[in-house]
Amino acid sequence: MKNLWLVIQREYITRVRRKSFLLATLLTPLGIAVFIVVVQFIFSYENDEVNRIAVVDQGKVFSGPIPDEQGLYFKFVDKDIETLKGEIRDSEDPEYGSILVIPEVKNTRAKDFRIQYFSDEPLTLDLEMAIKGRVEKALRNYKITALELDESLLKSLDSDVDIRSQKITVEEGEKADTSMAGVVGAALGTIMGFMMYLSIFIYGMMVMRSVMEEKMNRIVEVVISSVRPTTLLLGKIIGVGAVGLTQVLAWMVLIPAVIFLATLVFGFDADAAQQMPQSPEMDPEEMQSMVERVMAGVAEMNWWVILPCFIIYFLGGYFMYAALFAAVGSAMGDDLGEGQSLTLPITIPVILALYIMMAAMQAPNSSLAVTSSFIPLFAPIVMPARLPFGPPAWQIILSLLVVIGFAAAMVWLAARIYRVGILNYGKKSSFKDMSRWLFSKY
Amino acid sequence: MSFVPIIEVKNVRKAYGEKVAVDDVSFAMPPDAILGMLGPNGAGKTSLIRMITTITAPDAGQIFFHGEPLSGYHPTQIGYLPEERGLYKKMYVGEQLVYLARLKGIDQATAESRAKEWLAKFELENHWTKKVEELSKGMQQQVQFIATVLHDPKLLILDEPFSGLDPVNATRMRTEILRLHHAGTGVIFSTHRMEQVEELCEFIVLINHGQNILNGKVSEIRRRFQDNRFHLEFNGSLPAGMGDYFQLLNPTPSGVDVQLSATQTGNDLLRYLLDHNVHLITFRELLPSLNEVFIKQVTKLGPEAAAPAV
Repeated sequence: MKNLWLVIQREYITRVRRKSFLLATLLTPLGIAVFIVVVQFIFSYENDEVNRIAVVDQGKVFSGPIPDEQGLYFKFVDKDIETLKGEIRDSEDPEYGSILVIPEVKNTRAKDFRIQYFSDEPLTLDLEMAIKGRVEKALRNYKITALELDESLLKSLDSDVDIRSQKITVEEGEKADTSMAGVVGAALGTIMGFMMYLSIFIYGMMVMRSVMEEKMNRIVEVVISSVRPTTLLLGKIIGVGAVGLTQVLAWMVLIPAVIFLATLVFGFDADAAQQMPQSPEMDPEEMQSMVERVMAGVAEMNWWVILPCFIIYFLGGYFMYAALFAAVGSAMGDDLGEGQSLTLPITIPVILALYIMMAAMQAPNSSLAVTSSFIPLFAPIVMPARLPFGPPAWQIILSLLVVIGFAAAMVWLAARIYRVGILNYGKKSSFKDMSRWLFSKY
Repeated sequence: MSFVPIIEVKNVRKAYGEKVAVDDVSFAMPPDAILGMLGPNGAGKTSLIRMITTITAPDAGQIFFHGEPLSGYHPTQIGYLPEERGLYKKMYVGEQLVYLARLKGIDQATAESRAKEWLAKFELENHWTKKVEELSKGMQQQVQFIATVLHDPKLLILDEPFSGLDPVNATRMRTEILRLHHAGTGVIFSTHRMEQVEELCEFIVLINHGQNILNGKVSEIRRRFQDNRFHLEFNGSLPAGMGDYFQLLNPTPSGVDVQLSATQTGNDLLRYLLDHNVHLITFRELLPSLNEVFIKQVTKLGPEAAAPAV
């Protein structure tokens, strides 16, 4: 027991103080911040082309001036098209770069309407959208007047359907309203699923490298002349797990902090928000109620089930995969490259589980999602994501038992492979060798 | 034997799959002896050592440490320097020594002070806060040796301890091993270099193909394998007809080896020399070197039984 503690300490301390650990812990949030800033910069990048468009409004579609925006200016011109073309062609510095011709509206009931655009420059996507939007809006107003429609009546044709779902059997102390549970649940589930996936990969690999390092350094023979191999393996898994926990906690503080700082310094947030397509006519009252319902959805989550279960899945998933990675690490030879194929059977289930998790977010109670909750290698990633959707208790319990049982079995199994593998210097071992070691006496 | 052996191996057998690595090996070792474990590469020495250090367990047979069957406690009494050695490259020298000593049950303070003492002995005291990867290979080996002895083990198991060391460091390490031996530490010394064993060991265990083919005191073994051969040195010359009576080998102007037949004794030879007024300077029985004994033992079992070349 004392040696287990010593091993854990060593694994933790020597890892945490490494420069690579510090860099990864500090630079990852920074990298994310830089990424966000760059992405925002790209999207909010102002179009610095200048377009001056002469509008020949033959159909008198526009009832007032056309709104300009930066780099895009419209002017009504009452000239012949050919004259205008000639002006642009001959002038060194023409007043307009292009001509927009809006013909007469012949049929106010027709859906299609063709306008013409003349320019030597190709029509960019941005510009096309801008022109279409303006003309469509003007055309709508034109048609309303022409057809003598009542604007307010028209508005009443548009409906906004909002489902308020309620539970049929409401237990005590529970609110019946479950409107936002689906959205909140999906968000929460995806976050938890991804956390599982990343942790298993990053820290499982770290355990594997730790095993390989000791084997390749040949220190392992000295160490296991003092410590039982199982103790060493367990100490490694727990020590690296603690390193992972430290890093995840640091990120949970640093990433929001860095993003907050980035938005504060660069002030991109306000700009970006304006660029976002505004949801039409969301009145503040409705907004308020929406926020309230999201909050209610969050509050309605069964946190007392979700959080403890998540922690168990997290530990169970980490232990089972870390043990497998350790077993594979102990079978690796001195040549790192040729050992890569050994990790494949572990990485494939992790990646499959991620995809199943994403499918389960769409349909948390599909037979695929339910079945995967009881498949040991998938359950730690799929089941936490399903938790916010309130799966039946028996499913949670069965899945937890499967995960805990399988994690324990994997640690035991890995220990048996490990104690033989670490002393098998030289060539990498095959899966056949490993299965033989399972049943060998040591 | 009147002592309680520090290590007693009784009919130990160990197989890895089809391959029998150690086959019914038995021997006992006095508490403060230096025992040489000899054998070609792949003979089963490392397998045997791993069982003594409790890294693996025998399939059959038993091992006793001071008369007690091996248990989880005994590793703290053993210091093991494996042939395949290494250290944590990223750890500091001092930290590493303390860690390894604490795994052997030594407390932090004692481990620190002993580690400092030992580093000073090897003139490495300035390297306490250096990372192992910054040390030369020779220094790393010395640090590893220190790690082996830091917990003051009753039994030291050294697998090819001098390989890769320069003569100065090899001598320094040998001095320290002998000093520990005089202080009462038992030493098992595993090697295939016979001349090192002849220098250092009182006892040997000879292993070939997993079997203990010979064990006992070095001096007794050499005597047991003596084959009636004597070495002479003289002034002047030998009697002209001596070759008719005795078989002469490797003659030089001032010396010769004499191989006696089964019916002749050293006294016969001496009498003959005195009768012929040979001016003798040296007269000594030639004992076979361990290397010769070893080769003899191995080849006696037939060529297919001989282990791969050393």
